[in-house]
Amino acid sequence: MSERASFDVRKMPGFVAIAIATFLVLYAPIVTLVIYSFNSGMSVAMWEGFSWRWYQAAMQNQQIQDAALRSVIVATFASVFATVLATMAALGTTRVRPFRGQTAIYALINQPLMVPEIVTGVALLIVFATVKQATGYSGLGYLVLAHTAFCIPFAYLPIRARLEGLDRSLETAAADLYATPWRAFRRVTLPLMMPGIVAGAMLAFVISLDDVVITEFVKSAGQDTLPTYMLGQLRRAVTPEINAISTVLLFISVAIVSAFFVVNRKKA
Amino acid sequence: MQGQGDSAAAPARAITAREGKGALVSAARRREVRVSWLLSAPALLVLLCAASGPLLIVLVYSFLTAGDYGGIVWSFSGEGWFKVFLARDIFDDTVSIADAHLTIFWRSVRLSLLTTLICIALGFPTAWFIATRSRESRNIWLFLITIPFWTNLLIRTFAIMEVIRSEGIVNSVLLAAGVIRQPIQIMYTDFAILLGMAYVYLPLMVLPLYAAMERLDFRLIEAAYDLYASRRRVLRRIVVPLVRPGLIAGSILVFIPSLGAYVTPRVLGGGKNMMLGNLIELQFGQGRNWPLGAALSLTLLLIVMVALIFYVRIVQKEAASRE
Amino acid sequence: MKTGLMLTATAIAAFLAAGPAAAAGKLNIFNWGNYTSPELIEKFSKTYDVEVTVTDYDSNATALAKVKAGGHGFDIVVPSHSYIPIFVAEGLLMESRPDQMENFKHMDPQWVDVDWDPGRHYSVPWQWGSTGVAVNREDYKGDINTSKIFLDPPEELVGKVNVVPEMADVMALALMYVGGESCSTDKDKLKAARDALMAAKPKWLSMDYGTTDKLGSGEWRASVNWNGSTFRARLANPNVEYGYPQEGFPLWMDSAAILKDAVNVENAKLFLNFIMDPENAAMISAFARYANGIKGSEAFMPDDMKTAPEINMPAELAGAGKFNKTCSKEAQDYYTAIWTELTK
Repeated sequence: MSERASFDVRKMPGFVAIAIATFLVLYAPIVTLVIYSFNSGMSVAMWEGFSWRWYQAAMQNQQIQDAALRSVIVATFASVFATVLATMAALGTTRVRPFRGQTAIYALINQPLMVPEIVTGVALLIVFATVKQATGYSGLGYLVLAHTAFCIPFAYLPIRARLEGLDRSLETAAADLYATPWRAFRRVTLPLMMPGIVAGAMLAFVISLDDVVITEFVKSAGQDTLPTYMLGQLRRAVTPEINAISTVLLFISVAIVSAFFVVNRKKA
Repeated sequence: MQGQGDSAAAPARAITAREGKGALVSAARRREVRVSWLLSAPALLVLLCAASGPLLIVLVYSFLTAGDYGGIVWSFSGEGWFKVFLARDIFDDTVSIADAHLTIFWRSVRLSLLTTLICIALGFPTAWFIATRSRESRNIWLFLITIPFWTNLLIRTFAIMEVIRSEGIVNSVLLAAGVIRQPIQIMYTDFAILLGMAYVYLPLMVLPLYAAMERLDFRLIEAAYDLYASRRRVLRRIVVPLVRPGLIAGSILVFIPSLGAYVTPRVLGGGKNMMLGNLIELQFGQGRNWPLGAALSLTLLLIVMVALIFYVRIVQKEAASRE
Repeated sequence: MKTGLMLTATAIAAFLAAGPAAAAGKLNIFNWGNYTSPELIEKFSKTYDVEVTVTDYDSNATALAKVKAGGHGFDIVVPSHSYIPIFVAEGLLMESRPDQMENFKHMDPQWVDVDWDPGRHYSVPWQWGSTGVAVNREDYKGDINTSKIFLDPPEELVGKVNVVPEMADVMALALMYVGGESCSTDKDKLKAARDALMAAKPKWLSMDYGTTDKLGSGEWRASVNWNGSTFRARLANPNVEYGYPQEGFPLWMDSAAILKDAVNVENAKLFLNFIMDPENAAMISAFARYANGIKGSEAFMPDDMKTAPEINMPAELAGAGKFNKTCSKEAQDYYTAIWTELTK
């Protein structure tokens, strides 16, 4: 081996620095949020001492708790549905010989990306209002359906990006060894796709949590999510209770995912 | 969309395969296509119900008359589309190009492109960094990068505001350190919008890029390094082509939502200058002109499609030149 | 595995089916965000044994669009006065006759025969206020009872003024500043108003909400703002003062009304009657810090509100306050065109 080859190609100059800077920038606002959720004053601009005031306020505010819980529930359902549907669609449209209608499928899947939220929101308002009146059902299903739809492209693209680079030969070999295509899929293809699926599911979850405008138009009575609850406050004053409840949610989700990691590692 | 790019090379293979075997193959081929459709069907169904179908309503609305108090009246009118591109001066009734709308279109496209570039500049090294960690720690890094995004968009945008506002963290630290005397005005500038959008959309770049990089064979790259002269060439000649699907996916995921962004320009941009999302919202909201709002939305859709077609062409050309 | 799947499916079905119930003992209120006093709701719930759900909206337009579409499940909505005629014209409100309710005797007579609901057949005042200017007195000591604060800012305030992006209010202020009135279709006045706005815009810092917080922290030195919000900002920062533009300023009143397709009509009527009780009306005001339309509620209000200059309009300027009209389609199109040009 020559001297030159002994260097690690993985270390691109400057990349580590940029990555670390990126992490710092990403965390600055979140850390601010967490710190100031303990601020005793109304404003974030001035630190007025440590207090649990906003946590107590949030504890007593049933509306904000319901909204936070509803956000998580809708995001969970929507991201699971969207990921499953997107995975199937990715399997159907990737690594196949081109067929008629394929482009139409791509266009349809990516369509929610191209339309501003407000437009989908207004259109869904009209459609769902008709359905609500016809069926009498006005539960969370509409929100889950709407969220699932706009999460699909976000889940689809990473899964597809992953699938595209997978070598068929491994699966062909597996198909020869195992009896059924289903087993070959579960034992070989699915594990290989996993990083894409995880990335897609995370994106879908995050995108669903973020949504304001579509939710605002689709929600029925008593269906505020955390973002629409905040939107309602926007023109008046957003109370620091929001910081408190967000911090709580953040720590809960971090705890859940960490636990997931630990359990998974033990299994492996 | 971008699928057209990589599928361009495939017909050649398909044809040679077809030549040999004839009818048997074509039956198998039909089954393959059917499976493709079946697998895609559930997703398509959901999308038709809750995304594309309702969009037809928007198309119809763009050709109707605006109701006095919002909504529409069921009679045909070209007024909505007319107003997208042309403005009748409200004072002397002369017709001219709708320069306010064009300004807003252009600002949206410009800021979205810049956002995409910033996301690539920050996201590529970050995804690379994560993908080159040891197998066990990769997931932890990936997890770390998503944590900030587990709080919702509005809260994140407000948190950014708290960092950059005149009395925010950045200015306080700089003032205390004596670097500046007066707080720097970061809020309410295009820079603030860019910062906010890049922040908000960064994971949409990093995750697909990571998914593509994670499967790179670094020994292969190392070998390639022996052949080429510099790291930069390895990056350009080997790495970038290999992660191209991820890069494309990421760019689409960042660029398109940026075009229609609503919350970030409103909160960080101070609302003095609208972006397309805000203009459309104005028509559906305070402006009470739904047909114009619908026509503006479809115009946005057209811009996106033109951009994508343009993009696909370039990718196809590149793919063709590589063969 | 199979039972697990079944369980999950059942759980999903049960969860999705749980919509807002329409059974007796419920009430669904659709109101502006951060506007409904939790104490008020709690008291109502306890008194009448009704489960109240409050859902938020952020603009009259959104509320109107949702109600008009139908299938929403709301019983009570609280639109601004200029939207009440629209709700009525579109046939969305129930003629619930608050004027025949027991507590109607408490309503301040000046709010009974109002343009938007003569005789109060549909709606009950929730809160009312004005849109004026708020100035940090550290920077500017001159006269602040004028729209010049944002339309021709004094040197001390150039580059420091915020304007709330509330099209109807800002346009009304500008129109009255040039001698017109809200929802004007007079082209000369509109042109003058546009020119004034366009000339002033470079001197503004931003067009944003969040005035209570940023005026209170001193980050904004002046802003077009609502009176109650300025009041709250002043409690945080004594230098903030509210000005009533003498050229004319918009007044507004949000009113609670029952929707035509309301399910819990009886409870909704109980609620309208309930908020006309002075003690309960005072709870609304104590929470969001605006005046209500109920006589005798002052006695139950927090002390700081009784004397607040933001809540008690000075007599010599009260005449300049005008309620925004409900704009015709034509006027609305002028508004939007000017607004688009202003914020392009």
